[in-house]
Amino acid sequence: MALIEIKNLHVSVQGKDILKGISLTINAGEVHAIMGPNGTGKSTLSNVIAGREGYEVTQGSVSFDGQDLLAMPPDARARAGVFLAFQYPVEIPGVSTSAFLKTAINAKRRTEGKPEIDAMEFLKLVKAKNKALGIPDDMIKRPLNVGFSGGEKKRAEVLQMTLLEPRFAVLDETDSGLDIDALKIVSDGVNALRGPTRAFLVITHYQRLLNYIVPDYVHVMAGGRIVKSGGKELAYELEAEGYTKYLAAA
Amino acid sequence: MAATAKTVETVRDVEAYKYGFVTDIESDLAPKGLSEEIVRFISAKKNEPKWMLEWRLKAYRYWLTLADEEPTWAKLHFPKIDYQDSYYYAAPKQKVGPKSLDEVDPQLLETYKKLGIPLLEQQILSGVAVDAVFDSVSVATTYKKKLNELGVIFCPISEAVQKHPELVQKYLCSVVPVGDNFYVALNSAVFTDGSFVYIPKGLRCPMELSTYFRINEKNTGQFERTLIIADEGSYVSYLEGCTAPQRDENQLHAAVVELIALDNAEIKYSTVQNWYPGDKDGKGGIYNFVTKRGACRGKNSKIMWTQVETGSAITWKYPSCILQGDGSVGEFYSVAITNNHQQADTGTKMIHIGKNTRSKIISKGISAGKSSNTYRGLVRIQGKADGARNYTKCDSLLIGSTCGAHTVPYIENRSPTAQTEHEATTSKIGEDQLFYCMQRGMTQEEAVSLIVNGFCKEVLQTLPMEFAVEAQKLVGVSLEGGVG
Repeated sequence: MALIEIKNLHVSVQGKDILKGISLTINAGEVHAIMGPNGTGKSTLSNVIAGREGYEVTQGSVSFDGQDLLAMPPDARARAGVFLAFQYPVEIPGVSTSAFLKTAINAKRRTEGKPEIDAMEFLKLVKAKNKALGIPDDMIKRPLNVGFSGGEKKRAEVLQMTLLEPRFAVLDETDSGLDIDALKIVSDGVNALRGPTRAFLVITHYQRLLNYIVPDYVHVMAGGRIVKSGGKELAYELEAEGYTKYLAAA
Repeated sequence: MAATAKTVETVRDVEAYKYGFVTDIESDLAPKGLSEEIVRFISAKKNEPKWMLEWRLKAYRYWLTLADEEPTWAKLHFPKIDYQDSYYYAAPKQKVGPKSLDEVDPQLLETYKKLGIPLLEQQILSGVAVDAVFDSVSVATTYKKKLNELGVIFCPISEAVQKHPELVQKYLCSVVPVGDNFYVALNSAVFTDGSFVYIPKGLRCPMELSTYFRINEKNTGQFERTLIIADEGSYVSYLEGCTAPQRDENQLHAAVVELIALDNAEIKYSTVQNWYPGDKDGKGGIYNFVTKRGACRGKNSKIMWTQVETGSAITWKYPSCILQGDGSVGEFYSVAITNNHQQADTGTKMIHIGKNTRSKIISKGISAGKSSNTYRGLVRIQGKADGARNYTKCDSLLIGSTCGAHTVPYIENRSPTAQTEHEATTSKIGEDQLFYCMQRGMTQEEAVSLIVNGFCKEVLQTLPMEFAVEAQKLVGVSLEGGVG
């Protein structure tokens, strides 16, 4: 069943057309990868899905679980189960990671009609997830993303995703800035969440990540369009041949 | 519209003041205006001894000489106050003071309940002794008996005038002289009530002492007077919190608080101030002109002020420490939030007189809407204060681009062996921060509250536990727009 359906999506930023007719259907249980060179609109797509300001949808639609996603404010999208792992996670001075996580978890629980998580339950939960992601427990006492290394920031993103259990997660260049060990840990975290009710859109520049998070489908994006779609083998082809021929086509 | 612009709009659009209601208890009003007769009337109402009346009259006469000397140096703008257009005495009609809460007017108790301070529950559950001030007369004093057994005196100041004249005469105005400023002279002439605390030698007061202030009578100026004395080696933590009902007239509130810490004594004074700030167009609201000062008179004594200022149309307030005793310590922690058209000019003074005295100032100012928020602080180190040290940190957080934040530090150092440090930062809540939080499911208000609470954490942590929880909520509510 289609969890997310993007139809003929055109988006412009400050009058400049960035996305020029993206159509993509992702079913529950699937992992899709979008690959492509820099500046083709990959991050624009993830920002539009999450509802960031400053992007004008000039044509097309995005539906999530049958709802008009574009009509919803960003926080409502998040509570409905859309998660964006940021390419550049934002620093929030003074706010401890744990306070942030707790507020986010409680926002979700409120939507589900559940009471706020109690302190003991929260700690137990976070500690268990930390262990799996190789995150030291004292990291959650630090202000969110402040002074975190590139690897710590990405792990913190995956920790948030793991705790919030979204139905649809977009990973925007989650592999950037990760060494091979961190890449493996982060990928294991994502793989652990894979399941029949959940879908992923993995945006990456390199095929490397897809060795660890093996996608069901690979799409090549160039010039604001999806220019080719295929199975996971398409990623190997791109790695070997580069994006040049697609850029020419776009 | 950009997320920040929306935030500005929502925070501007603050919901109707939560505590805006008026109870209609008949008041015993003095005629409008201020004169020697009114001062005599107030003194007579309070059955005061002659020395007290004389003291008031002296203050009143001095105030008259100050007629055109209202302080104007603060970054505050408001129309000239007509001091003859106000009532200076209002008391709920009660001939004899209540012996217990059962004797208190149920309507009064209901008012407290609406404010979220059920006295009965507080007594039973939290062990906090409350000297509740309703308008100008204390209507209930709790836990008195238990405190009495410990030798603690915690009572309305009018009672202290009757029962402990030697303490009142010795310490009243010993920290803040009558002639200190315009509002102090006025307060000294007409104050009607307030709290008096004496902690005996060597006692660590086992309870937080707390007073709730509330203005309830139309056009009644509130002139509270608080005097706290911590004798040698004692410790006390005192909480003060205020809410006021909504109304259109500006209401003047000019309190005076004096703290005295003798050798090795420690006083912790915490305030949550949430007077009616006026509506979103800047109409109405309390004028809060407060003089608070503590004297660390004894060696190694300590005074710590913590304030969370979210209310009032105008805040003029500089809780200060005079560090007389060698090795004494003064600390000031402040969160000041201004929204809509609120104006705050607040900070502290740390006067280092004794040797090896230390002071610390942590100020967090948050401005939203069209408000103006100024930190003004003085650190003065006198010539004989060898080895004195000060650390000051002033951080400002802006929400939107129509508000203002100002930092005005004065540092006067006359000691070659003293050290002072000053740090200041100004930041703005970023759209990317709000978007990040909202992408995790938080509403915009939750996101603002989380970020602002993070910004103020250093200060809120210094509050006693229950007060800290209340203050955190208040921080969110003060910046919240219409969203429940």
